[in-house]
Amino acid sequence: MTTILPRKDVVIVGLGWTGSILAHELTDQGLDVLAIERGPWRDTATDFNIGYAQDELRYSVRRDLFLQPAVETLTMRNDTSQTALPMRDFGSFLPGNGVGGAGVHWNGHTWRFWDSDFQIKTNLTKRYGAARIADLQVEDWGVTGTEMEPYYDQFEYLAGISGKAGNIKGQIQEGGNPFEDPRSRDYPNPPMEMTYAPTLFANAGRSMGLHPFPTPSANMSRTYVNPLGITMGQCTYCGFCERFGCANYSKSSAQTTILPVLMKKANFEVRTDSEVLHVDLAAGGKSARGVTYVDTSGQEFFQPADLVLLCAYGLHNARLMMLSGIGKIYDPVTGEGTVGRNYCYQTNAGVQVFFDDKNFNPFIAAGALGQTIDDYNGDAFDHGGLDFVGGAGINCIPTNGRPIGTRPTLPGTPKWGSAWKKATVAGYKSTLGFSSQGSSYATRTNYLDLDPTYKDRFGRPLMRMTFDFPDNDIRMSNYLCDRMEEIAKTLGGKQYNVGRRKKGWDSVPYQSTHNTGGAIMGTDPKKSAVNSFLQSWDVPNVFVIGASAFPQNAGKNPTGTVGALAYRAADAIRNQYLRNPGAPLVQA
Amino acid sequence: MDRYNTVRLSRRLFMSSVAMFTVTATSASFARSLSGSLPWAPLSSDPPVQVVSGGWQFFTPQEAALVEAIVDRIIPADDLSMGGKEAGCAVYIDRQLTGAFGTSSRLYTKGPFLPGLPTQGYQGEANPAQRYRSGLAAIDAFLKQRDGKTFVELQPADQDAFLTAMEAGKVELPGGVKAAGFFGLLLQNTMEGFFADPVYGGNKDMVSWRMLGFPGARYDYRDHVSKHNQPYPRPPVSIEGSPEWLVKRS
Repeated sequence: MTTILPRKDVVIVGLGWTGSILAHELTDQGLDVLAIERGPWRDTATDFNIGYAQDELRYSVRRDLFLQPAVETLTMRNDTSQTALPMRDFGSFLPGNGVGGAGVHWNGHTWRFWDSDFQIKTNLTKRYGAARIADLQVEDWGVTGTEMEPYYDQFEYLAGISGKAGNIKGQIQEGGNPFEDPRSRDYPNPPMEMTYAPTLFANAGRSMGLHPFPTPSANMSRTYVNPLGITMGQCTYCGFCERFGCANYSKSSAQTTILPVLMKKANFEVRTDSEVLHVDLAAGGKSARGVTYVDTSGQEFFQPADLVLLCAYGLHNARLMMLSGIGKIYDPVTGEGTVGRNYCYQTNAGVQVFFDDKNFNPFIAAGALGQTIDDYNGDAFDHGGLDFVGGAGINCIPTNGRPIGTRPTLPGTPKWGSAWKKATVAGYKSTLGFSSQGSSYATRTNYLDLDPTYKDRFGRPLMRMTFDFPDNDIRMSNYLCDRMEEIAKTLGGKQYNVGRRKKGWDSVPYQSTHNTGGAIMGTDPKKSAVNSFLQSWDVPNVFVIGASAFPQNAGKNPTGTVGALAYRAADAIRNQYLRNPGAPLVQA
Repeated sequence: MDRYNTVRLSRRLFMSSVAMFTVTATSASFARSLSGSLPWAPLSSDPPVQVVSGGWQFFTPQEAALVEAIVDRIIPADDLSMGGKEAGCAVYIDRQLTGAFGTSSRLYTKGPFLPGLPTQGYQGEANPAQRYRSGLAAIDAFLKQRDGKTFVELQPADQDAFLTAMEAGKVELPGGVKAAGFFGLLLQNTMEGFFADPVYGGNKDMVSWRMLGFPGARYDYRDHVSKHNQPYPRPPVSIEGSPEWLVKRS
């Protein structure tokens, strides 16, 4: 039996980065906001406790803070000729869970996408001709870089990003990224103190005429008070960032930048350990009535609301739409349907350089402490004579020296025994790693839908992921590996090893929790699930906020753009939608 | 004082005190609701439970002897460190198998169970506890059949040769046990035990951390960030402390 609860102005599904931003903005507007969060309440002192936060087995290997596959997983296959099977454990990507979401255990790389990323189809067609992208399904976002700038700025100041501007109002800044779009002002905090490996990497890049700069980091280079009045502490370079909560209040997350203010508001409430089963639509399916959720006891509740915001992890946003009948599920055969369309990922590759005479102290690290070279990212370089589009940031960001997971050894080293041990000791401190974080461009055949066989704990179909690296992206990644090989040679060392990306996406080894698309934004309701304000074309009192909105992924981490899109959606709701609730902000 | 008392309320009390829904059902199952303040309760942290060595909780004595012999070949005693057995790797595995890892309670364990592709990861129905039970039995059954000896009775070189064959999948173990898959599990868990915080029963005296020069749970390196290429001077600490702290300085 379903219990019917009193109405709320707004119900938010998921209290991570985007849910917290929307909740803060809309409670400021005076609305009565309820967030429903599948996982537990989490705070720094209790859950990222400095007495035991630095536990690699618990948090990194057993993944205590992550979504457990028993709660929800996906099935996967590389193409439609295969039978999708459940990821019984997560591997290639690790979705978050609980208050703060994946923002609790991210590394903190905080990027802006470029105007050439947002207007990609227009730009690439103009620059290289339509034939170049004929086997891809890239789409424009429906926004420009200029439109996005103030929202990026808002997110970066909320989160206290440490970095060095490369372009302020068109003026190129020495030491920053010369390829970035103009920004209105510098980062709120200076770059972090640089460790040894990225310093050598940057020196090598500069000597080759490349343009290294400090990676923009959500790890605090100094004590910071954000615009909400919340104080963050200086990063201690502890080396326990990704997969861990920060015990020092030094890594931006909902916990360290929003919740201390949001939780005190009388017009905000969060219900934790409560999973939304679906959005309930009114007869005709053109408006949402609220959501149905179940708490830990198994009791079902109906929560009526005027406005429903899906702020779960991007993949879960797409699945909730499918389970709720919001929009039509994409069919790769006909090309019709929008939900599940343009699922993309990240096309990464890595290089290791082995030295005899260097000690990198790999444990002195932070999640986003390093140097990036963007000379071969996106459309920063001419693809005229090349056989691909896209690119990658080349990053030297050694995040940790945690020994269960980080034990680089020379290629060919045995995995056990005395020879293994000797090589492990030799390689631990003296190996420099860097990697390419490559763009991932949409194709007709990479998509999400519902699995016909496997169900979750409530009997709902799991989402099915059909994905392989497109040939274009493999060619891009190989080109980047060639460039990285040049850097490796410049760095010297006794030996280097290039790990190239190959076809046949493998769901087992960790690659990146940068799953994008499935509910993409755009200007055409036949090709996108939401408009450029992230409002559903089909059910206008539903907004779908997250990386689910990316039509394709750039060669950058998604969180900066997710945060900016959240602020843009909040702005649109506050200043446009509420004047005429329930109406589309963009006419189809 | 009022405010102090509010803060001192336990999390459970606090949550139920604000969970005031209009509930029409007779069920008393409230969703947990938090509003009006940043919830926090003292002494509500969740530290790991320290493994106490001695006795076996999962393994039979025979299984334990076999696992100790295996971890001592995977991580042999040499001039770099003690062996896996002395480091506590078997104790670590024993305790892990009695918990959430052993039972796969956090993983997706619904059927149907179909043979998958390598890109789809482990698709077996057996959890790690079951895989150890059947895998260890299969090793000794195979070796008794082949050599008339158990693994423990073999010479180290013969033990290594057998493990190498397992790793390469060149051994047909009885009972449908896949040699390479089970070796992978043994290898993974042995390394976890050797390199994890000693609180979990392995890595005795932080032996692997001392060997690598990993300072463990220190959590603050601000004084050494800019000291490029210079050895970090301090010994490691664990979540449970450090033996150095127990040395009396008079």
